[in-house]
Amino acid sequence: MSTPYAKLPRWADYGLIPLINLLVAFAVAGLVVLLVGENPFRAAVILVDGAFGSGPGIAYTLFYATSFIFTGLAVAVAFHGGLFNIGGEGQAYFAGLGVALACLPFDGFLPWYLIFLLAILCSAVFGALWALIPAYLQAKRGSHIVITTIMFNFIASSLMVYMLVDVLKPMGSMAPQTRQFLDGAQLPRLGFLFDYIGMKVRPSVPLNISFLLALLMAFLVWVLIWRTKLGYEIRTMGFSPKAARYAGISETRVIIVTMLISGALAGMMAMNPIMGDQHNVPLDFVAGAGFVGIAVALMGRSHPAGIVPAAILFGMLYQGGAELSFEMPSISRDMIVIIQGLVILFAGALEHMFRPAVQAVFASFSPKSVGVVAAKGEGV
Amino acid sequence: MAEAAIELVGISKSFGAVRANRDINLEVQKGTIHGIIGENGAGKSTLMSILYGFYQADQGEIRVNGKPTVIRSPNDAIANGIGMVHQHFMLVDNFTVLENVILGAESNALLNSSISKARAELKRLEQEYSLFVEPDAVIEELPVGLQQRVEILKALYRGAEILILDEPTGVLTPPEADHLFRILKQLKEQGKTIVLITHKLREIMAITDNVSVMRQGTMVATRETAKTTVEELAELMVGRRVLLRVEKGEPAIGAVKLSVRNLTVKDSRGVTMVEDVSFDIRAGEIVGIAGVAGNGQSELLEAISGVRKAVSGTVTLDGKPIDLTGAADPGELRDRGLAHVPEDRHHVGLVLAFEENENSILGYHDKPQYLNGPFLNIEAIRRDAREKIEKYDIRPSDCRLKTANFSGGNQQKIVLAREIERDPGVLIVGQPTRGVDVGAIEFIHRRLIDMRDQGKAVLVVSVELDEIRSLSDRILVMFAGRVVGERGPDATEGELGLLMAGVEQQEAAE
Ligand SMILES: Nc1ncnc2c1ncn2[C@@H]1O[C@H](COP(=O)(O)OP(=O)(O)OP(=O)(O)O)[C@@H](O)[C@H]1O
Ligand SMILES: [Mg+2]
Repeated sequence: MSTPYAKLPRWADYGLIPLINLLVAFAVAGLVVLLVGENPFRAAVILVDGAFGSGPGIAYTLFYATSFIFTGLAVAVAFHGGLFNIGGEGQAYFAGLGVALACLPFDGFLPWYLIFLLAILCSAVFGALWALIPAYLQAKRGSHIVITTIMFNFIASSLMVYMLVDVLKPMGSMAPQTRQFLDGAQLPRLGFLFDYIGMKVRPSVPLNISFLLALLMAFLVWVLIWRTKLGYEIRTMGFSPKAARYAGISETRVIIVTMLISGALAGMMAMNPIMGDQHNVPLDFVAGAGFVGIAVALMGRSHPAGIVPAAILFGMLYQGGAELSFEMPSISRDMIVIIQGLVILFAGALEHMFRPAVQAVFASFSPKSVGVVAAKGEGV
Repeated sequence: MAEAAIELVGISKSFGAVRANRDINLEVQKGTIHGIIGENGAGKSTLMSILYGFYQADQGEIRVNGKPTVIRSPNDAIANGIGMVHQHFMLVDNFTVLENVILGAESNALLNSSISKARAELKRLEQEYSLFVEPDAVIEELPVGLQQRVEILKALYRGAEILILDEPTGVLTPPEADHLFRILKQLKEQGKTIVLITHKLREIMAITDNVSVMRQGTMVATRETAKTTVEELAELMVGRRVLLRVEKGEPAIGAVKLSVRNLTVKDSRGVTMVEDVSFDIRAGEIVGIAGVAGNGQSELLEAISGVRKAVSGTVTLDGKPIDLTGAADPGELRDRGLAHVPEDRHHVGLVLAFEENENSILGYHDKPQYLNGPFLNIEAIRRDAREKIEKYDIRPSDCRLKTANFSGGNQQKIVLAREIERDPGVLIVGQPTRGVDVGAIEFIHRRLIDMRDQGKAVLVVSVELDEIRSLSDRILVMFAGRVVGERGPDATEGELGLLMAGVEQQEAAE
């Protein structure tokens, strides 16, 4: 008796509401486009076509989506434990050091797959380490994780500037980044896969094997949350700390373990731009993916099956947005950021804005369907 | 001929396959107190939620004061003079009484002027119905009885003429309940109409004018209270004769299972709630702890079960010490054969957002039979849950249903099934039958007595004196954090009542 409105069927909950949010976001974005004197419909066509209309477009979309899947999963795992990890950005950034550690000493003589495994390990460990201190402070001292993870984003940012400018930059180089990786530390690209569906993708398009790793992680997160004892404990804690205490679940342990996993997932994101695209560790390679992860997790309802499409949606905005600012010069990069911001606003922050209205509509039109409970298949 | 304040005509409501209400007709006369009774899951709360606009009926019509009325939301209900006091309060814990009362009814953007107006109005209401509550007290610091009064005030403040109360006495002590009934009678005299849902037939007999009985979603009978009996009502509810008082044989008492010495416990604010309490529970007996709510029973339970740390004291389980002031945690105690049914099933004993089968392993989720290495053995968990559903007649019998969607009594059965089926040596139960129907009470009491007869030690804390008296082999009475007396099962209600009020202690002090 806690929901003051009727319950929605699953398809409306997971399909209709996100769709409405998205349409409203695009409608408002359309107004913005109109304001600068462009045709919003043409803009929409360019955006979607840029993201999905060609092989390279799709590949770029998926390349961006890869990063967002990692960071979205990171936020989602923490959410399930009732923790709001805003620090994905910093955790991924710091994990860049882990990737460097796996690549720089070995890229001359180890094959890519060994370095890949090593980099998975190192990026996960470094990301987890960066989440550990906020987790410890929350578990032992009650310092709020939102505050501490935000602060750790700043610390990571300054630390990485120092490391890249003063420590990792090769002698005589002007750019604040590590040296270029050799072949061993460059991840195989997936452009060739598009040959099979009859599309041509240049080998320079950076979609790489870490996309598959991201999908694997999405599956593993599902297993973790809904199929393991640890996941059970995380969810118990997230729903009711009192019940967790009653069940003999250690709050300290669950907070720390959850944040370690969350940080590790965020950390793995670092491989995608570094080993898949740039082939060095540059400044600011995370480029906001940590924050986009929050929106992705919100929009995907913290469920991997929602996070992957949400990440692809944001990948589309990045890729299609780039095309759009190219085709319509009056729409600048900043405008694209505004549009992305609107999507985040409606899909994430205002997630519940249209819910009461939709529920009221459901209640009046088809009372029978209201209250059909997700008796089957929650989380399957 | 009195006119009807509410008429429900042909109301039906399904939740998926569950038909919670089927073609219900109900007429509530103006200026009366109308009781609604029925087993757990009979559909009482659903019916009232339809009347209050939480749910929409699939079919049927609502008439308020003779006029067909569409109620789509609680706001519509309030606009039609219908107010509701929920089974679980809906107050903002860290707001004051006054703030809670005006919440959502602020008449203008500047809070200040509405607050002073509200204060005057609240005063008037308090006086008119002698419903005194300190307007500036913060909700979380008020005992439940007073919190409930705030809920009533809230409804009256919004101009409710028809007041629905869903199991209002479930959380109240007997004196608090008596006070509530005096208030309800007074409201009735002022011409208000009251609908009262309760599982306590005694209350129905004491206060209602008419009573309607629901069973499995249908309305089976409406009676004039004066012309019916408790036995008839119980039979109408359950569909068979019910034993209203459990029968039990002489206890076969064995060795001491749980021994508590000089236990002192503080609550989260640092107030001493349990002071220097000592007692033993032996195999084969049920020890009942009676007392007015808030006298330390809850904290005592929490400490013994490891949920709350004790300040000092020594406790032994089966002769071996447990460190309740330090390392002991509920998981360890469970492993040592101490099971606990907490008082607060909603926040402690269950995770309402979980499926039923997930809750049926809460606290035992690390036991090998539910695991395959680090993975949950979903098959085993569900099979186990289905067995318990069968054995305890939990309805609906769907282990994949979200726990929040079970009725209160069935939720309680989920917890009891989980704890009893582990076959613990010591079972600690808080409020075993809060919000549970007569048929289920009979069942639960039977199970507890079976436990005792199998040589287990059972500790029961309940604010229901009747329950304590009919279950216990020994009764401890708590007052102000201390055990102030021990009595046999034949102690009279009056005698216990005096102890619970701390009377004897004061006399001794003089
Ligand atoms: N939102 C819901 N979704 C699915 N089933 C529900 C929902 N709410 C109630 N039910 C089911 O409808 C039936 C009636 O429930 P209701 O809460 O009205 O019972 P009740 O008579 O108030 O019981 P109790 O005395 O235990 O409070 C139950 O079988 C319950 O499980
Ligand atoms: Mg109910």
